[in-house]
This record gives sequence, structure tokens and C-alpha cells, in this order.
Amino acid sequence: MRARSFILVALLIAACGAALAAEPVPPPEFTDTQHQVPGEQYPQPSAAAIQYLDVAVLFVALCLATFLALRLRSRNAVFALMVACLVYFGFWRKGCVCPIGAIQNVTLALADPHYAIPLAVLAFFALPLVFTLFFGRSFCAAVCPLGAIQDAVVIRPVGVPRWLEGGLRVLAYAYLGGAVIFAATAPVFLICRYDPFVGFFRLSGSLGMLLFGGGLLVVGLVIGRPYCRFLCPYGVLLGWLSRLSGRRVTITPDQCVRCRLCEDACPFGAIRKPVEPPTPAERAAGRRRLAWLLGLLPLLVVVGFVAGGALGTPFAKLHPEVVQAERVRAEELGEVVGTTDASDAFYESGQPVDERYAEARRLRSRFALGGRLFGAWMGLVVGGMLIHLTLRRRRDDYEADRGACIACGRCYDYCPVELTRRKKQAEVSSAKNPSAKQ
Amino acid sequence: MPEDRKPIPRREFLRVGVRGVALAAVVGGTGYLATRSREARYVWQLDPSKCTQCGKCATNCVLKPSAVKCVHAFAMCGYCELCTGYFEPEPNALTTAAENQLCPVAALKRTFVEDPYFEYEVDEPLCIGCGKCVEGCRSFGNGSLFLQVRHDRCLNCNECAIAAACPANAFSRVPATQGYLYRPGYSPATRKEG
Repeated sequence: MRARSFILVALLIAACGAALAAEPVPPPEFTDTQHQVPGEQYPQPSAAAIQYLDVAVLFVALCLATFLALRLRSRNAVFALMVACLVYFGFWRKGCVCPIGAIQNVTLALADPHYAIPLAVLAFFALPLVFTLFFGRSFCAAVCPLGAIQDAVVIRPVGVPRWLEGGLRVLAYAYLGGAVIFAATAPVFLICRYDPFVGFFRLSGSLGMLLFGGGLLVVGLVIGRPYCRFLCPYGVLLGWLSRLSGRRVTITPDQCVRCRLCEDACPFGAIRKPVEPPTPAERAAGRRRLAWLLGLLPLLVVVGFVAGGALGTPFAKLHPEVVQAERVRAEELGEVVGTTDASDAFYESGQPVDERYAEARRLRSRFALGGRLFGAWMGLVVGGMLIHLTLRRRRDDYEADRGACIACGRCYDYCPVELTRRKKQAEVSSAKNPSAKQ
Repeated sequence: MPEDRKPIPRREFLRVGVRGVALAAVVGGTGYLATRSREARYVWQLDPSKCTQCGKCATNCVLKPSAVKCVHAFAMCGYCELCTGYFEPEPNALTTAAENQLCPVAALKRTFVEDPYFEYEVDEPLCIGCGKCVEGCRSFGNGSLFLQVRHDRCLNCNECAIAAACPANAFSRVPATQGYLYRPGYSPATRKEG
């Protein structure tokens, strides 16, 4: 490389007549041809209007999804809207920005006062939350492109045991916790980095991304919506808010006849069987267990907080500046031979080594705190899950779980009471307007 | 059975109460962040003074070819006959023959202006943003070639895939109204808004 450089320097001097390569060559004056030096183009981003159009489409789609799932009670209509949203938000708008990823923008905006979150992103984050608070998770059913692409491949769903479902659900909580910690500590957007389906929407992506997404779709053939149920961090928030919702999916429009036909209707394991009220002995045992677990909860949080300290160093390895500082340090100590792009960039920047080390140490200590908070969060999640499992509520009918139901509307077609209602409705409408019948 | 029915209204009452609190939290939080959201939009851009031409812009963008392109600031250019951004080191001849060119996709066009000056122009649809010409120009020339995210192409991903891979930490979000960053000391006099 050196030798080549010297030859180049020599050539350059000969060609341009410059005394030294480091000195700039003066821009020429074109005396003979009066040549005009052209100006360069700086194309501007597409108009901001498109993102407000996205917000408007999101709002309309949410209204429609809610109407179709809760009022019209039509699976076909929900499916049609889902496909339309998959095409619009997924393949046309390339799946970015999505409410799932917007969690990170909101977190960053809260953590970093210098980051001004775009209004459209804020709307994308908040609109589905507000809708879910009132009407349940119709966003998941028909609007979310990530859900839609999985819903489209549900071919032969099999049930997941409740304990496994609950256990895997912890992953989604961990993902949410991790995404928030990383977005707040260093602007590293984990959800975007490991988005499984955006590669399909863009029709390009890294091998890892396509394998992950493809794998989820293959699994999704038999286990409905694996990403939504076991990974989606936004689904965690929606699940909480959905528990508070006023209106929601009721499998039967009238009285449940306990025919058990809907038991297998839900590919997402969201239908709960009737539960007998506990006997006094069971109730007392349950109370004791609850008391134990409530006592255990703070312990789990503390253990998580302490153990999370060990996560700081591995977490910090995701931050490029820490990796760069570690590499430079290793090169200084002679532990490694040669340089990387990152260490080259550092040497070129001319920044003092100590400054970079101090920065890396600061980042590491932030990540150590992040790791502790993450550990505490996981302790809280595990404790909360255990408590949730011990709570036993009396349930008279087959019901859609408030948190897990995504309002896809599949169960309606299975309910004989619903089918009777539809039949009656059809009769009434044909009686009202007999010409339509012929 | 009044004892059995009793818990339901209580639970419902709690639910309505907590829903109100949750609604207030979502709306309040959104409103608070909305007041801080001054800029309508941010876009990704790379700082040419930090860029080390590592080549990751060409390989890591979600677009193929990359949304990062080489930009030529003509006003800075020396119009050299032996352009070190255009020619391979030790070229056989100072001609436009493929074996002499540094650019792997022949995206840099060389045209004769007047003796001994040549004009170099980037053919943007061809350019892959590898930065080879930028490195050549910067090492021995005026540094008039530099890489920039082209906003008519960029998808403006929530997390830029190149930014995540950039070893020089040269990428950042900038206000869309000032979407380009230039070499220090250069401001385009003949700037055109495309």
C-alpha cells in the first residue's frame, strides 16, 4: 500500500503540477471554452404528507377493523381488511414505521430530551393503544402487517399447552424489556434490527433476517402467529390494555350453550373453558399460595436486579463505540494483530485514546444499570406470571381471553347460537325486502 | 345468589377505573411528547468528515443498490487529468478503458473539457456507494467526491442498517430541512433542490 501511494504521489505531481499532494489543486478557470462548472443535485425527501396519509389510513383501518370484528362479526370481512392492510402497510409502505418499532422511538424520546419524536410515529404508537383500551386488539387482527403475514399462513393449527404458552410468553416480556433498555441506554433499536418480516416486505434482507422470518412462517403453519404470541413486544402492551377494554369479542351473541364447538376454533389458544368455582379447601390453598408468591415477588425483583449486573458487559457489546474502544485497547496491548474498520476509523478521527476509553466506560456503566433494570423487570415478570397462574376465576361460559384474543373473528363461525342469529337476521332482511331474494 | 353476582360489578367498576387511568396515561404521555416534537421529520445522513470509506454503505443498506451515493462537489474539483478518484493506482493509460477505472461499476464518467482539464460526473443510478472513488480523491486530490444518503432513494428506516454497521459512527438523524452534510469548508453555491 505504501509503495503504491508513493507512485501515485509522483504521478499526481506530474499530472497536476501540484507541489504537494496534500495541498488542494486549485479549481481551474476555463479560459478557452468558458466551461460552466455545473452544480450538484440534492434531492429532498418525499413530502411529509405521505406519513400523515399513513396515520389517516391507520385510523380508518382501526375503525373498520373494530366495526367488522365486533359489530358485523364477519371473519371474511376481517380477513379482507387484513389483506388490504398487509398490502398497504407491508408491501407498499415497506412495513416502516410500525407501532411495534415506535415503542423504541417513544422510549428514546422519553430518555433523551434532544430527540424530537416525529408526530406520525407518535400517532402510530398511541392510536392502536387507545383503540385497544376501548375495543380490544382489533389492531392485531386486521391492521398490523406483521400479524397479517403470519395469519395468512395458518394452515393446520395445533394447540400449545397452557404451561408452554405461558412460559414462551415470557420471551415477549424479555423482548419488550430489552428493547426499552437498549433504546434508552444507547439508541440501538433491537426491534428493528431483528424484525423478522420486513425483509419480505422490502423483498430484500440479510440471510439471517430471511431465515428467521421464513422459520417463523414455517412454524406459523402449525402454531398460529408465533411472533405475535411469543415475541411481539407491542403485543404485551396491547394485551394489558385489552384486559381493560369495555367492548370486546364475545364468541356467542347470546347465551353460551356450552356446546364446546368453539374449543378448537381459535388457532391462537385464546379461548378459555368454563371453570368451576373452587371448593373452600381449594380456595384456602390458593390464598396461601398467593400469599407466598406475593412475598416471593419482591425477592425475585431483588435477585433479578443483582444478577442483572452481570448483563452489563455483554449488553455493552452491542454498542459500536464500546466495541471500537475494546478493539483499540486490545491492539494497544498487543493482544490482537492488525486493525479493523472500527479501529481504523478511530485512528483516523485523531481523538485521544483516553477520551474514547472514558466514553466507553461511561457507556458500560450505563449498560450495567440497564442490565440491572432488565433483571429486575424479568424478576417482576416471572413473579407476576406465577401469581397470574395461581389466580383462578370462576368462568361460566366459553370465553375469549381478554388479553390474548386478537379479535380475528374465527370463533364466530363455530358458534351454533351465532349461526342461528345469522339465519334469523337473513330471514328478517329477506322478509323486509323480498325483491332481493329473487 | 347475591354472593356470586357481587364480584362482577366490582371487577367491572375496577376495570372502568383502571381504563380511565390508562387512557389518561396514554393520552397524557402522547401529548407531552407531542409538545416536544418540533421537527416534522428527521432523516438519516452521514457526516463526510467522519466517513472512512470502509465500503459498508454499499453492502449494508436495505436497498440494492444502496441509497448512499457518491456526490461530486464540482466547485471543489481540480479537474485533474490524472484523477485519483477515477483511475486505478498505476493505470496503464489515462483513458476511460475499464481496466484503468477505480469504480467497480463505471459510475464515474470522465469527459474532456479543455487541455488539460477533465470533468468527472457521477452516474447516480449506477453508483453503489462503495466509496472507492471518495477514498482516492480524498487521499491525493481535493476531496470533492463524498458520500451522502440520497433522500429521494432512502426509505428512512427507523433504524438505519448502515448506521448500525458504520465503524466510524458517521451516521446520525438530521432535520429533513437540512438533509445533507458537506465537507468542512464547503457549502454548495449552486445548490439545487431536486
